[in-house]
Amino acid sequence: MNEILGHFNYLIVVLLMMMGLYVVIASPNLIKKLIGLSLFQASVFILFITFGKVSGGGPPILSQQLTAYSNPLPHVLILTAIVVGVATTAVGLALIVRVYEAYGTTDEDEIDAMDNADDKPVV
Amino acid sequence: MELSAHLPALIVIIPLLAAPLCVLFDHPRAAWFISLLSAMFCFFAAIGMMQMLLNVDALSYPMGGWLAPLGIELRIDTLGLLLLLILSASASVILFFALHSVEHEIDRRQQPMFYAALMLVLAGLIGITVTGDAFNIFVFLEISSLATYALISMGRDRRALNASFQYLIMGTIGATFILIGIGFMYVMTGTLNIQDLAQRLPEVSDTKAIKAAFAFVTVGLGLKAAMFPLHWWLPNAYAHSPSVVSAFLAATATKVAVYVLIRFLLSLYGVQYSLGALPFDKLLMFLGAVGVLAGSLVAVFQNNIKRILAYSSIAQIGYILLAIGLASQPGITAALLHLFNHALIKGTLFLALGAVSFSMASVRLTELSGFGKAMPLTMAAFVIGGLSLIGVPGTTGFISKWYLVTALLEASLWPLALLVLAASVLALVYIGRVIEVAYYRPLAPERQHKQVPLTMHAGLWVLALSNLYFGFNTELSVGLSSLAVNQLIGFAP
Repeated sequence: MNEILGHFNYLIVVLLMMMGLYVVIASPNLIKKLIGLSLFQASVFILFITFGKVSGGGPPILSQQLTAYSNPLPHVLILTAIVVGVATTAVGLALIVRVYEAYGTTDEDEIDAMDNADDKPVV
Repeated sequence: MELSAHLPALIVIIPLLAAPLCVLFDHPRAAWFISLLSAMFCFFAAIGMMQMLLNVDALSYPMGGWLAPLGIELRIDTLGLLLLLILSASASVILFFALHSVEHEIDRRQQPMFYAALMLVLAGLIGITVTGDAFNIFVFLEISSLATYALISMGRDRRALNASFQYLIMGTIGATFILIGIGFMYVMTGTLNIQDLAQRLPEVSDTKAIKAAFAFVTVGLGLKAAMFPLHWWLPNAYAHSPSVVSAFLAATATKVAVYVLIRFLLSLYGVQYSLGALPFDKLLMFLGAVGVLAGSLVAVFQNNIKRILAYSSIAQIGYILLAIGLASQPGITAALLHLFNHALIKGTLFLALGAVSFSMASVRLTELSGFGKAMPLTMAAFVIGGLSLIGVPGTTGFISKWYLVTALLEASLWPLALLVLAASVLALVYIGRVIEVAYYRPLAPERQHKQVPLTMHAGLWVLALSNLYFGFNTELSVGLSSLAVNQLIGFAP
């Protein structure tokens, strides 16, 4: 039991990651795909933050009461990765807006069907 | 320090600064000029660094004066230099070509943004090649990818938007996989500096975490490089993006992903581990061979010439992976050589196609009968590129194929050597189809076509002639490749 509780964060990470990837693959709706992608990225952020935690360690600010400090570097990396993630989501949403204007739908299957119709050579 | 000592940093900073300048000036020609200047600067900086690398193994630049491993280090060795030359030279040439092509294809208000995005892609790709820090690779990869999605979506018809979104999904999954891999490596070794990682990885290389990291990183990079089963995003992205973007991506983007793969496999994990202890060499060779065959076969049946070239790119990436999978000195030399040569070949072909699309307003074979007679000069350049792709003696393509087949025979893998030759025949078929339509079909007399302007011809012909030049004078390409391989896997020169 302790084994499971000790790895609680990692279990959640794997769960979130699989949920995110599944939504990306399975959902035909572009917006839901993007939500899945964000979930997938967020799970990786949690993974990194968990890496940085030292049990019993405090925040990395010099203090008399603390003997161990958590590692701040993964947090800094993830700040950068969060910015990247936000930018990706923004670009993705902007693309979806344009897709909706051009196709009138955000359903991938319908869009692919329209693309295939466009690809047919003009006789 | 002198100015020349700062070149490793400047080569990233100049295009990065050029991007906002393009937007601020908000004038298409001004933006074009700024982009051209900064790309030329990168090219001369790369030449300058080549001079500096004559005496030392690698240039190291501590960012902000913080020394590695605590600070972030920029590090340029021969392999990085080879990539820098490819990137900056193709960017300069393609920007020459871009002036009229972009005016023709992109809405006037969007043109400054277009150049800004192009500069961001360039800065990101150059950043990947100069950095000596694993996490930096991820950040620069995302900078270049995000700008690439924007560039692809500027294609003229709506399919560009769908293609761009597909690429965004695939690219982000790939980049996040790379991030996971880098995270595992950091946890196991406590460092992100590539030199440091390479030293500390052997101690922990038998752990599951490092093996998982290896798997994540290679799958992520495989997505980015369009390794065979992960290539779905590439044909649409190339086919629907603006001509200049297809040319630039084909010449650079997948090359940089392959570069990072080589960097991780050889510098970081070491050839004995990545291609020896793990059976990744067999897998690479298998996927490469299947990619070569499948890409070439599918290319034969396409109607859109851009799609023909896109599928051919998948096959060419297959050649490179096949050569890396050999894990021998001649094999990896052939891979690097093809990296360089393929950039020239695909740059030429896509630029020629850009000129065709400018002049005839189509890139579909069914709508282009007899276009060789309407635009003989452009088509001549296309033929040179095509011959080089097939591997006719006297062109760069021949040099790559020669080195690749020799390396395969040296490893006594003659079935694969035969496969490479068979794929060359397929290349003859798909390039032959274009040439047949161009020259042996009648040109409809009422067919409208525009004159191709001089700047487009200049850019196109510089690349076409360099295909011939590097087919005869291989001192630079072969010299740099074999030097890079010696540095990477430490064989005696």
